[in-house]
Amino acid sequence: MTAATVATLTSPPSLPRIARRVLPGFGLTLGLTLVYLSLVVLIPLSAVFIKAGSLPWGELWNIVSAPRVVASYQLTFGASLLAAAINTVFGFMLAWSLVRYNFPGKRLVDALVDLPFALPTAVAGIALAALYSSNGWIGSLLAPLGLKVAFTPLGVLVALVFIGVPFVVRTVQPVLEELEVELEEAAASLGAQRGQVFLRVLLPLLLPALMTGFALAFARAVGEYGSVIFIAGNIPMVSEITPLIIITKLEQYDFQGATAVAGVMLIFSFAMLLVINLLQAWSAKRTGRGR
Amino acid sequence: MSAGVLHGRALARRFEANPATREPIWMKRLILMIALTFFVLFLVLPLVAVFSEALRKGWLVYLAALVEPDALASIRLTVLVAVIAVPLNLVFGVIAAWAIAKFDFRGKRLLTTLIDLPFSVSPVVAGLIFLLLFGAQGWFGTWLFEHDIKIVFAVPGIVLATVFVTFPFVARELIPLMEAQGRDEEEAATVLGASGFQTFRRVTLPSIQWGLLYGVILCNARAMGEFGAVSVVSGHIRGATNTMPLHVEILYNEYNFAAAFAVASLLAMLALVTLALKTFIEWRAGRVVTVDD
Repeated sequence: MTAATVATLTSPPSLPRIARRVLPGFGLTLGLTLVYLSLVVLIPLSAVFIKAGSLPWGELWNIVSAPRVVASYQLTFGASLLAAAINTVFGFMLAWSLVRYNFPGKRLVDALVDLPFALPTAVAGIALAALYSSNGWIGSLLAPLGLKVAFTPLGVLVALVFIGVPFVVRTVQPVLEELEVELEEAAASLGAQRGQVFLRVLLPLLLPALMTGFALAFARAVGEYGSVIFIAGNIPMVSEITPLIIITKLEQYDFQGATAVAGVMLIFSFAMLLVINLLQAWSAKRTGRGR
Repeated sequence: MSAGVLHGRALARRFEANPATREPIWMKRLILMIALTFFVLFLVLPLVAVFSEALRKGWLVYLAALVEPDALASIRLTVLVAVIAVPLNLVFGVIAAWAIAKFDFRGKRLLTTLIDLPFSVSPVVAGLIFLLLFGAQGWFGTWLFEHDIKIVFAVPGIVLATVFVTFPFVARELIPLMEAQGRDEEEAATVLGASGFQTFRRVTLPSIQWGLLYGVILCNARAMGEFGAVSVVSGHIRGATNTMPLHVEILYNEYNFAAAFAVASLLAMLALVTLALKTFIEWRAGRVVTVDD
């Protein structure tokens, strides 16, 4: 320990980093980046907290804990968790099929997986509403079973599953592609059944990627607005999502109420961003894919 | 897209040929069937439904809905917003990627995370923040009113909200790409006397062109299709502040389904073109990697 301390003390102070920069433009590009980031993102976002913070605490609490708002949290977070779980299961199967099997139309399937990224949410919303309404292609099949999807909380779930599809597929797919075949070969040669190989070898390796995909889909679903409102029916206390609460408050010129609820959503967004960053770091470590 | 790794059909063929990495045929069929049923149910059917509903009342109704003045105004506004927002974020993306990928500095990870921030903010909140700044009760509301400048419920607000939601697209595409390419080539060019801009244009740009295009295409798709954020700041003035997605909503809420789906079908076509270009770029970029090997 002393030797190490002496070494650090006696080693020459490292050169200032600026001396080793060969490329020009560091100050300029970093400065412009910070200015633009502040103007477009950071200052506007801080407005939410400053505005919400100017409310007395009691009033703030009353707004964000009103029964109608709490019901919207339950629906938004519940449906988002469920949608992310559904996406994890089926997205995994889709990613597995795309990496491990050949089938006709594979390239088309691979390209269309990103449809929810490219299709405007309002278009997705009215299309899903048309499909699942009682006279739509899917709705008319479910109606005889007594299942109503459109204009119920189930409709919210369907919309959130739609917008979450690419997240799990696109996080798991590259990890599956780069998985070492030798691991499975070794397990198989040691007598493991295919199911055992999957559960004991593959799943632990893929778990961080699956969880990252889940978290990404969940975070996106919680904030989603466009695709949900057309199919949800938007009945207060039943099928009203939190982003819609903000819109409703704005339409009633209740800016403080809208800002308070937006603050809750923003805090959640920051927390999810942190979780996702940690998961991605874990995933990169587990699969040995240095960043 | 790392070099040396098999992709697509070749990779799958290797898995299917190896007894240690393939499932019994019944299980393979079962997994494929479930995965593809999910795919058709959640992705293909909504897409087909858009076009089917749009053409339900025939081509004449379809075309009439598209050439109607309010629809044309919404198309013009959507293009205008994208023409402003996309280049802004393109320039920012390149500048930010240069700073982050080509230099070491403290707080780099934090900066990268902050650039991604708009992706995790709900679109509704993204719209709300500009109301808080520029709305009648906002920070600059009184000043703007006194000087007769309209930002929210007008085109500038729509542009601002769109710039916010499409902010990360180009930067997050370029940063990993430029980091992976290292700095040696640019440093060599600089040492040999090229100016910063020459280095960027002659050395960096050729090697990031596909990634740049990729980011621009995704940025454009989101800019033209954004609904939630734009909806909050637009004020929904027909023929003046309605973008295409907002026009779709108005028509839909008026039970004018054929017209709503007709305008929606244009946006769906935009999405399909986006996906086709994206696939093409991935194929091109993949090919470049193989040739380089």
